[in-house]
Amino acid sequence: MTLVTLLLLAAALIGIGLYGALSQQSFVMLMMGLELMLNGVMLAAVAFWALSGAGAPEGQLLTIVVMAVMAIEMAMGFALVVAVFRTNQADMTEALSGLKH
Amino acid sequence: MDYPLGVDIAFLLLAVLAVVSAWRVFCTDSMVRASFFLLVSFIAVGVIMMLLAAVYLGVAMFFMMAVEMMVMALFMVMFMMNPAGLNPMMMVHQHRLSIGAGVAAFVVLGGVALLADFPVRPLPAGLEPVRSLGEEMLGDSMLIFESAGVVLLTTMVGVVVLASHRGRYGGAAEGSMPPGLEPGGEPAGMPEAEEGGGHHHHCH
Repeated sequence: MTLVTLLLLAAALIGIGLYGALSQQSFVMLMMGLELMLNGVMLAAVAFWALSGAGAPEGQLLTIVVMAVMAIEMAMGFALVVAVFRTNQADMTEALSGLKH
Repeated sequence: MDYPLGVDIAFLLLAVLAVVSAWRVFCTDSMVRASFFLLVSFIAVGVIMMLLAAVYLGVAMFFMMAVEMMVMALFMVMFMMNPAGLNPMMMVHQHRLSIGAGVAAFVVLGGVALLADFPVRPLPAGLEPVRSLGEEMLGDSMLIFESAGVVLLTTMVGVVVLASHRGRYGGAAEGSMPPGLEPGGEPAGMPEAEEGGGHHHHCH
């Protein structure tokens, strides 16, 4: 377990997440891609904190902030899914072609 | 910093688990299973965080992700047409571009990891990670921490506004049609049009 291997793992998670966020048609699957990217970001932040940052407490705080971002993303994402489903009966990104229902 | 062999082996297994389950998220037929694969990936990363001595963050990850993935599985069952994976599912668009973008992101970030010269400054010997995090959150960085809390509260308000059934100017579903039971069919479950019955809205 070195900084390089940890960062490679984080890069792999971010890459898979980016693939998912760009390719999935269903809103919830798309959000899963975003979550995976944030997962990689958190892992990279903790790896830097532990191996390259001499345990500076701000490193852990950054991870907490990313966790808050993740919670916000999930909550807003689900609320938007509900709102879109109410107006358009859509659960796929393709079904949204305009801003007004 | 040198870790004992056991930690290295555990990290290797967890890394493989995290990547494989992350990949399975997007190629399993069942969307509920996809959310559980995502949970496995998050838990593997949480354990790696604990191996790195970020105990609090690792455990917080377990709690948060366990709940979050349950909610996600619930949403899958509510909204998706194929939550149980009874039919093969491959719902993707711009597939090649996405694969290319994912691989490019991995190559670029991995190249940075391999080529950049990061300083080697391991954790100091007597550090208590949880204590230092707590003192940072309620000390120097309190403003940041509290701002995150206020942003979360704002999100809660916004989410309720977005998702609430009844808006200020009438029902949220006003003007929209429920989906048909078959593609292009009659809208299902529409309430019967009310005739009379004292439901007229008057402006006072």
